[in-house]
Amino acid sequence: MGKTFAEKVLARAAGVAGARPGEIVDVYPDLYMSHMASWRCIRTMEKLGTDQIYDPDRIAMVMDHISPAQTAKIADDQRLCREYAARKGIKKFYDVNAGIAHVVLTEEGFIRPGMVIIGTDSHTTIYGALGAFGTGVGFSELTAAWVTGKLWMKVPESLKVVIEGPLARGTSSKDVMLKLIGDLTADGATYCSVEFHGSYTEGLSISDRMTLCNLAMELGAKNGFVRPDETTRSYLAGRGVAPGQYGEAHPDPDARYLKSATIDGPSLVPQIACPHTVDNVKPIDQVAGTKVNQVFIGSCANAKYEDLVEAAKILKGRKIAPGVRLLVSPASKDIVARTVKDGTYSVFLEAGALITNPGCSACAGDGGVMADGEVTLSTANRNFQGRMGSYKAEIYLGSPAVAAATAIRGVISDPREFLP
Amino acid sequence: MTEKIGGRLIKFGDNVNTDVIIPGRYLVSIDPQELGKHAFEPLGPEVQKRLWSSQVVVGGKNFGCGSAREQAASCLIGCGIKAVVAKSFSRVFFRNCINTGLPAVECPDAAAAAPEEGEMWMDLERGMIEVGGKSFRFAPYPESLKQILEAGGLIPYLAKYVLPQQQVVKR
Ligand code: SF4
Repeated sequence: MGKTFAEKVLARAAGVAGARPGEIVDVYPDLYMSHMASWRCIRTMEKLGTDQIYDPDRIAMVMDHISPAQTAKIADDQRLCREYAARKGIKKFYDVNAGIAHVVLTEEGFIRPGMVIIGTDSHTTIYGALGAFGTGVGFSELTAAWVTGKLWMKVPESLKVVIEGPLARGTSSKDVMLKLIGDLTADGATYCSVEFHGSYTEGLSISDRMTLCNLAMELGAKNGFVRPDETTRSYLAGRGVAPGQYGEAHPDPDARYLKSATIDGPSLVPQIACPHTVDNVKPIDQVAGTKVNQVFIGSCANAKYEDLVEAAKILKGRKIAPGVRLLVSPASKDIVARTVKDGTYSVFLEAGALITNPGCSACAGDGGVMADGEVTLSTANRNFQGRMGSYKAEIYLGSPAVAAATAIRGVISDPREFLP
Repeated sequence: MTEKIGGRLIKFGDNVNTDVIIPGRYLVSIDPQELGKHAFEPLGPEVQKRLWSSQVVVGGKNFGCGSAREQAASCLIGCGIKAVVAKSFSRVFFRNCINTGLPAVECPDAAAAAPEEGEMWMDLERGMIEVGGKSFRFAPYPESLKQILEAGGLIPYLAKYVLPQQQVVKR
């Protein structure tokens, strides 16, 4: 019987011949990512009373969630990380100017096919965009990996999602995922490895693959995966990473899946996740017209360069509705630079947007929060109660195109009305 | 792990997420007691009051979904919670419970049978839960997880068993 991606890659990282779903294996990850939780890992090291680090080159720290610091306490936590990284020779340290960990580490070429990566963030599933196995852990587990180099993992069952393209006009990878999450519900893939297959995924941009694998988390997935191909290889080559520097792992054609699901791209319409759960998904015509106070274009799900360009296409030459706040938080410093260079940045400014520094921003409730009774349409991946300020505020989730259309009208709007 | 644990229960529905269990704004702390004061704050003071006088949290499906924040488990410890029982858990939350030394038990029947008010007791060694005058079985933990729980979490476990004999050899 054939093997899934998860079976292959975990067996390899555990140094065993084979690993079937349900088996518990000791895995040696290739990379341990910690974001603002890094200081908690350092404090845990102190508690453990050890200075031993298994491999400093596998540690990556990115100061993304609350950056720059808002309080003296946070500034102190960040200083701790900065100094620790310098002292321990941790070269993959990224300070408050860099952006969101997931996007920064991908842009740096550290995420490669066949790797196993753990991170102190649930959306670590995003690394499946490059054909890697990424999964979230708590800070104690991450610290344990710093010291011992390993952690236990249960080999997951796999779910096969087949997306047939091309996508209908006005829809994107975000709509694919919202539709899927609505169909399967928030625990539709709990403990599962979610593999994305189908004609839509072939040759798909890395940016869209990131959106797919990022949102796989909202199905409860352990990890996401898109098969590496020429697009993956040339993305990495552009970052100075040659094919000899990684080992791709591909699922076998006769691999066994727990279940499968399909998304029919040509018949897709824009989707909206309504408050307060990501699986409360409706086609846009059922929520169009809902008044918003704020629109947020940000997060590791949808503030990549391609996402911003998508939104700017609609905003170009237009103004946002009076009384509405449009907050744009690019995912990384490089993305800011690219949008400045090609004029996308000015499109946002001229439309009336507030552009923040790169980072998690309002997605982590860091700035851009809401008062009681307010409503935000966000391109992020979570709409949980209280995630952006008041517990009495509401978050709707949609694509960058929906966000742009909504900012212009001041009510949730269908982007297809703005497309040529 | 031989004695029974449990006590008064507080029951929640399906898909309780980590932002509700402990809002992101409080993650600046890692002190369970301090975090406990804000556990379930979005649901209001009545729910919090009941939480603080309970020993068992009962959840529905996909309990603890959302972020990887370990404080979603440790804040419950800070509230005096001794165990979490649910129909199913989100995987990161489950790991975080074990790693912070909080027993998390998947037992759909017991979670469904739990009344709104009442007590729940369990025997982790034997895999038994008692609630509403009935008993339910669950698969006891494998030895590896049992050891972590007994040590009081992953970090004390490492300090006690792993570090003293570890020779770090990079593979
Ligand atoms: S952008 Fe949002 S979802 Fe992504 S890592 Fe930051 S806080 Fe988490």
